[in-house]
Amino acid sequence: MDMNEIKEIFFQECEEQLAELESGLLRLNDGDRDPETVNAVFRAVHSIKGGAGAFGLDDLVSFAHVFETTLDCVRSNKLEPTQEVLKVMLKSADVLADLTNCARDGGSVDEARSKQLIRELEALAHGTPLPGASEAPAAKPAPAKAAPAKPAAPAPVAAAPNDQGFVPVAFSFDDFGDEAEAEPAPMPTFEISFKPNADLYRKGNEATLLLRDLSRLGEMSILCDMDSLPPLEAMNPEDAYFFWKISLRTDKGEDAIRSVFEFAEWDCELEVAELAEGEQSVAVDGEAPMQAVPFDLSILDDEQEHPLGVVEEEEQIAAGEREAAANALETASNVLNLASAAAKAAEAKQAPASAANAASAQQAAAAGQTIRVDLDRVDRLINLVGELVINQAMLSQSVIENDTNGTSSINMGLEELQQLTREIQDSVMAIRAQPVKPVFQRMARTVREIADITGKSVRLITEGENTEVDKTVIDKLAEPLTHMIRNAVDHGLEMPEKRVALGKNPEGTVRLTAKHRSGRIIIELADDGAGINRERVRQKAIDNDLIAADANLSDEEIDNLIFHAGFSTAEKVSDLSGRGVGMDVVKRSIQALGGRINISSKPGQGSVFTMSLPLTLAVLDGMVVTVASQTLVVPLTAIVETLQPDAASIHSFGATQRLISIRNSFCPLVDVGRILNFRATQANPVEGVALLVESEGGGQRALMVDAIQGQRQVVIKSLEANYTHVPGIAAATILGDGRVALILDVDAVVAASRGQPLKLESALAAVG
Amino acid sequence: MTTLVATMTGSARELIAFRIGDQEFCVDIMSVREIRGWTPATPMPHTPRYMLGVINLRGAVLPIIDLAARLGMKPAEPTVRHVIIVAQSGQTIVGLLVEAVSDILSVTNDNIQPTPDVSSDFERTFARGVLAIEKRMICLIELDAVFPHTESEAA
Repeated sequence: MDMNEIKEIFFQECEEQLAELESGLLRLNDGDRDPETVNAVFRAVHSIKGGAGAFGLDDLVSFAHVFETTLDCVRSNKLEPTQEVLKVMLKSADVLADLTNCARDGGSVDEARSKQLIRELEALAHGTPLPGASEAPAAKPAPAKAAPAKPAAPAPVAAAPNDQGFVPVAFSFDDFGDEAEAEPAPMPTFEISFKPNADLYRKGNEATLLLRDLSRLGEMSILCDMDSLPPLEAMNPEDAYFFWKISLRTDKGEDAIRSVFEFAEWDCELEVAELAEGEQSVAVDGEAPMQAVPFDLSILDDEQEHPLGVVEEEEQIAAGEREAAANALETASNVLNLASAAAKAAEAKQAPASAANAASAQQAAAAGQTIRVDLDRVDRLINLVGELVINQAMLSQSVIENDTNGTSSINMGLEELQQLTREIQDSVMAIRAQPVKPVFQRMARTVREIADITGKSVRLITEGENTEVDKTVIDKLAEPLTHMIRNAVDHGLEMPEKRVALGKNPEGTVRLTAKHRSGRIIIELADDGAGINRERVRQKAIDNDLIAADANLSDEEIDNLIFHAGFSTAEKVSDLSGRGVGMDVVKRSIQALGGRINISSKPGQGSVFTMSLPLTLAVLDGMVVTVASQTLVVPLTAIVETLQPDAASIHSFGATQRLISIRNSFCPLVDVGRILNFRATQANPVEGVALLVESEGGGQRALMVDAIQGQRQVVIKSLEANYTHVPGIAAATILGDGRVALILDVDAVVAASRGQPLKLESALAAVG
Repeated sequence: MTTLVATMTGSARELIAFRIGDQEFCVDIMSVREIRGWTPATPMPHTPRYMLGVINLRGAVLPIIDLAARLGMKPAEPTVRHVIIVAQSGQTIVGLLVEAVSDILSVTNDNIQPTPDVSSDFERTFARGVLAIEKRMICLIELDAVFPHTESEAA
């Protein structure tokens, strides 16, 4: 593993730590005063700092350090985590995230902001009001937590004070270890020298078993003296050559130790001596011929002989070293673990490395529930499974065609195969599924920033963060969601004074909810603001020529006007939103994901945006239709309704246009076969089926197809892989009979029906 | 062009010869992935005439080019006796519809004569040389030129 890979892991873990940090701070903000929450927050910053130090990311280190110092004040109850304090901390978490991104991708951060925050953090740590820019503390004392600089500390930290008046303090990675070791009450340490004679083995005793028994008394480190081991040719296999020096921390007393050797006492030289407090044990003495090595006690265990003993021992270790274990747990996932373990081994701490090892092994077992897998591998698997599904469908079809009696066991086998392939497909899709939590967390930051700029007080409540959806959907969700949150805070919520005047809580609430519903994910964004001002929206729409001045629109239709391009009702254009590119962009990106968006609003009570998105982009729910004897798939999300037109409802309009009347409104009729050039003349609409679709522009069109074959979930195959984009076609898929069917690009077809010729550039809006 | 120079100076190479109408053509065997029988293709709208459509090649969507039409000859009327040469150029794979595969030729670059100097577009665009084998004339086709993605008219 080269340095870059390690660095990459560090950044990945940084992301996790940052998420942990933010969620911890938000919990504190909600009034959680659990010391463990504070600790978790502290640990997150500390880990980032530690890793950043190892990679020489000085900006990150210096900021994290100040942040950590302030957090330490909270941890030691010197600083009350009030809303104000937490506000600074949340902002600091944002800056820390920026710095991390910067360190990874290059670029620069807002230095003024980070300096300002450093000053605020320092002020908090010192319990003073905000200092002026000049009186930033010149040099900070070493924080209580930082261990004295040790030569082995692998963190190269620049010693020169930087322009923030901050002197970096060298720190050691085993801070946590120190803390852990200090925890248990001092126990007497015994030094045991165990020198078996050859007779010991002849009488059936076994040194390993004795050592294991000994280890049950307490924390033990063992040093094996192999000095008297002769060269191989001179070795007598029945002689004893190994001696052990054991350092044992136990409260059981010398007698207990001696009793372990009760039956071997006559065949060995045994010395047991209690060490005075602070005296260095021989076993870990630097002059010892060998380094004490981490010693995994479990290898001494014969599980079949002493199954209970094993459990006992592990429990003992777990109990005795809970603190160390906790710290090991925390660092085990950290790339720094290696460094810290190495530092520990080198310094040969009294804390038995064996316990830490066992603990981290236990932790590894717990953390082993997740693995990092390259996304390409997962995608490859998904592709293969997609092919498997198609293949299985083809196989079934040909068996059904060739099977005359219909009751053969092949049919039953095929049904089972079908079920299995479905299950495999679902499971593979589930691999790509990720909780929406990261996106929701990013929204928390957006809300903070906008609230800051607009001077509004906003509380973001998120629900269902663990709802899972395909990773590609998550990645593409952030942008529209950010737009919507901005809109909700900037336009939706009123200013605090106004809210008070209206008898509302001055703090506005934005609620972000995710849930699964019938194979789709529903994301709801609700605010308790003013709701949509329908009069103003209507007026604006008339001003912008979107609707006629005398148009009769339902409330719902007015609400949905805000999704039109170039529509913004904000009285003044702000930096945040209100450039009129907001909601139509949102709608388009949601549609590009195969989703739909709706708004419902109650004046004075707020608005609710509801988005419904597919769980994956690899498959699509489609309606399989026939057009000019070709099979096409129309994305189901685009279809509003299907109807069988009768001759009376078709009206000619001009030379070539035809309209269909649906409940007394007229909708242009579009012959798909004609648009796609599959036939030369327009088909008779009465013989076909009309699909009422809603397209990007919001306009409805009735697409004429010859017949509907059915509704089916299809696997999306790119046409671009081996060919170029085909106008009017979004992608291809393979049907059960093995033939390729094309997926219609509804937006492009509708655009073409408006007289815009189908072009190469037409977006793949229908499928994305 | 650099690849051309490299292959021209190489020694022995194998070519797959096939028939379209009364003419014979060949392509480098290294670019041929497989040869399969004709299956009806799904036509695509707004594509050039030589694009017959797409077929399912073990889960991948494979565009099929009527090589006769592509080379400016009379478009083929595919029958079950026609074959599809699945050829790869770079990352792109297409199927070329031809009448029949006739031969595998083992030649050296010395056997390949430069394209005769004629004024037609076809030779200049698609032909990389001609071979004289047993009194037959076989035209070596430049695959990259045949592939649709290199063609602006593919739109």
